[in-house]
Amino acid sequence: MYRSLEEICKEAAATGCSFWELIQKDDCRERQIAQEESFVQLQRMYQAMKEADQDYDETLHSRSGLVGTDGGKLEHYVDQNEPICGDFLGRVMEKAVKMGESNACMKRIVAAPTAGACGVVPAVFLSMQEKYHYTDEEMTKALYVASGIGGVIASRAFIAGAQGGCQAEIGSASAMAAGGAVHLRGGSVEAVAHAAAMALKNLLGLVCDPVAGLVEVPCVKRNVSGAVVALSAADMALAGVRSRIPPDEVIDAMREVGISMPACLRETGEGGLAATPEGIKMRDRIMD
Amino acid sequence: MNILDIVGPVMVGPSSSHTAGAVRIGQTVGKLLGERVVNAKIGLHGSFLATGRGHGTDRAIVAGLLGLAVDDPRIPESFAEAKKAGLSFSFEGISLMNAHPNSVRLEVTGESGRKLEAIGASIGGGRIRICEIDGLTANFSGEAPTLVVYNQDKPGCIVKVTSRLGEAGINIATMQVYRDERGGHAVMVIEVDQEVPRERIAALEQEEGIEKVIYLCLEE
Repeated sequence: MYRSLEEICKEAAATGCSFWELIQKDDCRERQIAQEESFVQLQRMYQAMKEADQDYDETLHSRSGLVGTDGGKLEHYVDQNEPICGDFLGRVMEKAVKMGESNACMKRIVAAPTAGACGVVPAVFLSMQEKYHYTDEEMTKALYVASGIGGVIASRAFIAGAQGGCQAEIGSASAMAAGGAVHLRGGSVEAVAHAAAMALKNLLGLVCDPVAGLVEVPCVKRNVSGAVVALSAADMALAGVRSRIPPDEVIDAMREVGISMPACLRETGEGGLAATPEGIKMRDRIMD
Repeated sequence: MNILDIVGPVMVGPSSSHTAGAVRIGQTVGKLLGERVVNAKIGLHGSFLATGRGHGTDRAIVAGLLGLAVDDPRIPESFAEAKKAGLSFSFEGISLMNAHPNSVRLEVTGESGRKLEAIGASIGGGRIRICEIDGLTANFSGEAPTLVVYNQDKPGCIVKVTSRLGEAGINIATMQVYRDERGGHAVMVIEVDQEVPRERIAALEQEEGIEKVIYLCLEE
């Protein structure tokens, strides 16, 4: 797996390959499989994201009772009102919450890069496909771009909340979605890398503070922020805006921030929102 | 790690470590036993004990013991599935020494009465390590076919095993050796690139100095 976004940009310039082709070649080399097999496997992941979105059940609650039904509320709101963010972002938010809730309710989802952050990439990707009518093949290529970005983050830093806080999960997912979105809109390889960097920058420092240690509060709603940040970073990159800190250095900063975080803010359920009076009350009720 | 670890796996939520990883530990221990599990004593440690219930870790482990995959929609109802399949189980809270926070000790009995005790840890992203088998240290991921060979701690045992594998055209990916004391009981944990045929394992067990062989077969 690539360890640097700069390396991907340089290789793309030297070979004329696009971002997704480089990631596919790397995958074939690493797993010793043919290009078609690699493509079919990743396309299956995209298909699974679609199915998970369709399988959302607005009547379900998680076992703890902390989350559920909000996806349905957003859907009806966007159907019947004019959301402040507009229809498109309304649908993005709806999809992000639905996927997060499906995950908490033990339904089948695609970890991207983790289960807690599973709503970000599908919310952005599925909504963009609905808006621009991309084919599933084009979506799969964008998924290569997203996984390439996630791979660099995983090898330079981390993608687990227990290691680096929520910035490592929602932040990484947002960077992946941002890069994928830029690719879909025809942005350059460099723009892809900078969109990823700007998304990650804007979520830098986000702590992992789940109530009762469960992937529910605040995880479900943070998928919304990850998706919205991804789209705004993608638009900035497509407009020509660039991260003043090079993308790889942004990832390294995320690692350093994660390492400096106290343990109580790294998925232990002992700090932040988990340690509020209401958070503690909820925990005590669930643990009974 | 590869791209399907970044976008993927397809899994039943809510947590890759507390749910998908827990399924995989159950699955791997079931495969190590090599037969249908009829009874399981499940000891939850650390974060598995503290937050496992809300994450469905308990149901995930039982699902794994039943051989269900990480994306099987029956995982939330695995207790009912276990009843149908004749698997009885019990849970307890335990405290292990020097263990990963997401650890579980499984004491399983198979339909022939065969028993196995193993400690597994879920190390993130749905990936696992088997850390101990029958009280002896081990350290493997369950992602490759794996031989666990129990032998007497004396010269020549390792070469017997490695040369038999070589003769069968089986390449060793990783190998670890442990012993309880000099001249006592030893164990080799060998991850290999090809599946080892059953008759080769039976032949290994006949070798002088080899006490027992447990094999993790990844083929269905």
